[in-house]
Amino acid sequence: MSLPTYTAWNYRIWHYTYLTICGLVFFFLIAPLFIILPLSFNAEQYIHFSAGMLALDPDAFSLRWYEDMIYGTKNPWGLAAKNSIIIAFFATIGSTILGTVAALGLSSRHMPYKAAFMALLISPMIVPLIISGTAIFFFMAKVGLAATHTGIILAHIILGTPFVVITVTATLTGFDHSVTRAAASLGSHPVNTFMKITLPLILPGVISGALFAFVTSFDEVVVVLFLAGLENTTIPIQMWVGLREQLSPTIMAVATCLIIMSTLILVSAELLRRRSERLRGINR
Amino acid sequence: MSTEKILSSDGIPLEISLKKAERKNKIKAVMLVGPLFLFLIITYVFPIGDMLFRSVDDRMITKMLPNTFTSLEKWDGKDLPEEPVYAALYEDLAYLKKTKTYGKIIARLNYEKGGFSSLIKKTVRKLGKFEEGDYKSQFIATHKRWGDINYFIALRNAAPNWSYVKYLKGLDLKLDQDGNIIQQPEDRRIHKTLWLRTLKVAFWVTIFCFILAYPISYLLATLPMKYSNLLMICVLLPFWTSLLVRTSSWMVLLQQQGPINDLIVFLGLAANDNRPELMYNVIGTFVAMTQILLPFMVLPLYSVMKTISPSLMRAGKSLGGTPFVAFRQIYFPLTVPGIGAGSLLVFILAIGYYITPALVGGASGSLISNTIAYHMKSSLDWSFAAALGTMLLVGVLTIYWIYNKLVGIDNIKLG
Repeated sequence: MSLPTYTAWNYRIWHYTYLTICGLVFFFLIAPLFIILPLSFNAEQYIHFSAGMLALDPDAFSLRWYEDMIYGTKNPWGLAAKNSIIIAFFATIGSTILGTVAALGLSSRHMPYKAAFMALLISPMIVPLIISGTAIFFFMAKVGLAATHTGIILAHIILGTPFVVITVTATLTGFDHSVTRAAASLGSHPVNTFMKITLPLILPGVISGALFAFVTSFDEVVVVLFLAGLENTTIPIQMWVGLREQLSPTIMAVATCLIIMSTLILVSAELLRRRSERLRGINR
Repeated sequence: MSTEKILSSDGIPLEISLKKAERKNKIKAVMLVGPLFLFLIITYVFPIGDMLFRSVDDRMITKMLPNTFTSLEKWDGKDLPEEPVYAALYEDLAYLKKTKTYGKIIARLNYEKGGFSSLIKKTVRKLGKFEEGDYKSQFIATHKRWGDINYFIALRNAAPNWSYVKYLKGLDLKLDQDGNIIQQPEDRRIHKTLWLRTLKVAFWVTIFCFILAYPISYLLATLPMKYSNLLMICVLLPFWTSLLVRTSSWMVLLQQQGPINDLIVFLGLAANDNRPELMYNVIGTFVAMTQILLPFMVLPLYSVMKTISPSLMRAGKSLGGTPFVAFRQIYFPLTVPGIGAGSLLVFILAIGYYITPALVGGASGSLISNTIAYHMKSSLDWSFAAALGTMLLVGVLTIYWIYNKLVGIDNIKLG
C-alpha cells in the first residue's frame, strides 16, 4: 500500500498511524505464542527470563525440560499422548465419514428443510462446551460409556462433525453436477461415480474438514474433563491439571511441541485450500 | 385446443414420471443426511433434553418418603398433623435407617427449610427406642421441632414431582412457605452478579474484538495477495493453536514476575515491590479472551471486505467526498453483514467460555460456565447445574436463531 506522490501530508500521517495500529494488533495476536518458545529452553526451573537468557549465554539454555517431558519417570505425558492420538484418530475418521455423507445430502437441490437440518447439524459447534459436556456426560454414564475411550471418541465425533459439514458443503457449492450426470449417463454406478469423480474433486474440502475434526478432538478439554477417568487422560487434560497447579517449564516444552504441530497443520490446511480453489476454478 | 398430456418414452405422463424422479432424489438426499442426523439425535439432542428434564425433576424425596407424603395429602395444613402422619413418618424413616439412605433426604429437606438436618439426624439416631403406638408424642419428645407446624408445611412443599425452584435459585429467587416468589437474602444473591458479569464480559470482548479486527481485516482485504497471505498466518496460527497453549502463554505474560509487569515497572508506572495484579481477576479474562477470540471476528469481516470493490471508494472520492465521508457512507455500510456475523459468533463463544476464565480469571473473573462446572464436579448439585445450563442454552440458542435469520448458518466460513 504505497502512497501516490501527490498525497497530502495529513493523509500521510493518518496512513502511517493506521499501519502502526495494524502492526500492533498483529503483534498482539502472534507475540503471545512466541513467548513460550524461549522459556521452554530455560535451564532454570522458573518461568521467566533469567539474566543469562537475556545475555544469550549458552549455559542458560538447555533441553532438560524436553528430556523431562519424554523420560521423566512420574510424567504422564507418554500415556496422555498415546490416548490423545488414538482418540483423535478414531474421532476424525468418524466425523469425516458422517460429516461428508451428510454434506452431500445437504448440498443436494432436492433436500427438504435444508436450513433446519443444517442448523441442527451445526449446533454442537455453537452450544457452549460446558453444556455439551454436561449432557453428554449424563448420557454416557447412563449407557455405561463414561471413562472409556469409546465414550470420548463418540463425544468427539459429535463435536467434530460440524466442521466437516461446513468445509465439505463449502467445497460443494459451485460443484459442477453435470460431471456426475455425465458419469451416470455413461452407465456408472452412483457409488463408483462418487469414488471416481466426486470424491477426488471435493477431497481438499474433506481433508481440511478432517484436519479441523482432528484439531478439535486433540485440543478438546471440557467434555473430556467430565468423561475421562485416570486411564483416559489426554494431553489437554494433563496441561489443564498442570496449569491449575503451577506453571512448569515442562508444560512450556509440551506447549512448544503443540505450537509446532499447529504450524504444520496450518500449512497443510492453507495448501489444501489453495488446491481446492484451483480445482474448482476459483481465481482470486 | 386440446390439452394433450406429454408422455415420456415408457408411456407414463411426463409430469408423473418427473415427480417420481424428484421424489427419488429427495429420498436419496434425506438418506445421506440420515446417519448423522440420527447419530446426533441419539447422542446429543436426546441427552440435552434429558438434562432439561433433570433440572425440573424432583421425585427423589417423594420416592424416599412414600407413606409420609400419601398421609400428608389429607392434612389441611392448619394444625399439627394427626397420628397417622407421624406413624407413616416412622415407617419411612425406619426403612431409610435400615437401608442407610437417609443422607439424601437431609440435603433436600434442609434446602426447603434450615434445621431439618439436625432434626432428621437426631430422630434417626433415636428411632430404635421408639415403641409402637402414639408416635406423635414420641416424635415431639425426641425433638421439639416435630411439634412445629412450619416443618410440616416445608415437608409438604417438597411433595410435587416437578419443581422449578432450581431455576428460581439461578436467578437469586426462592419460594417462601406460602409459595410466593421472593428474593434471596442479600448475602446469598450471587447468581445475578454472575449472569451480569458473563454478559458484560461477552459484550466487551465482542466490542474489543471488533475494534481490533476491523483495521487489520481492511488491511488484509486490500493488500496484494502475496503480502496478505503472509499476514493471514498471524491470524490463522493462533486460530489453529491449542486453546490451552494460548491460555498458558497469557498466564506467562500476565503473571506477577512476567514480561508485561516487567515492562510496567521499567516504564515507571508502578514500583517494583508493588506490581499490579493482572491475572486471577477480570482483567486477565478480558485480555486473554479478546486475543483468543479475535480470529473469529477477523475471518468473517475479511471475507465480506474481500468482496467490496475498491472502485466504489474511488467513485465516492471522485464525487467530492473526503476519504472519511466515503468510508462512512459507502464502505462501512457494506461491511455491516460481516460485523454482524463476527460479533454474534464472538458473543456466542464468549458467553459460554470456560477454560480461560477458569485459569486466568480467579474468583472475580469467573463466568457462568465455571459455576456450572463447580456444581457438576464439586457441590454435586447436578439438577442445579442442569438448570443453569438450560438457562445458558436458551440464551445461546436465541442468539443462534438471530444469527441464522441475519447471516444464514450455511454462510459460516472457516479459514
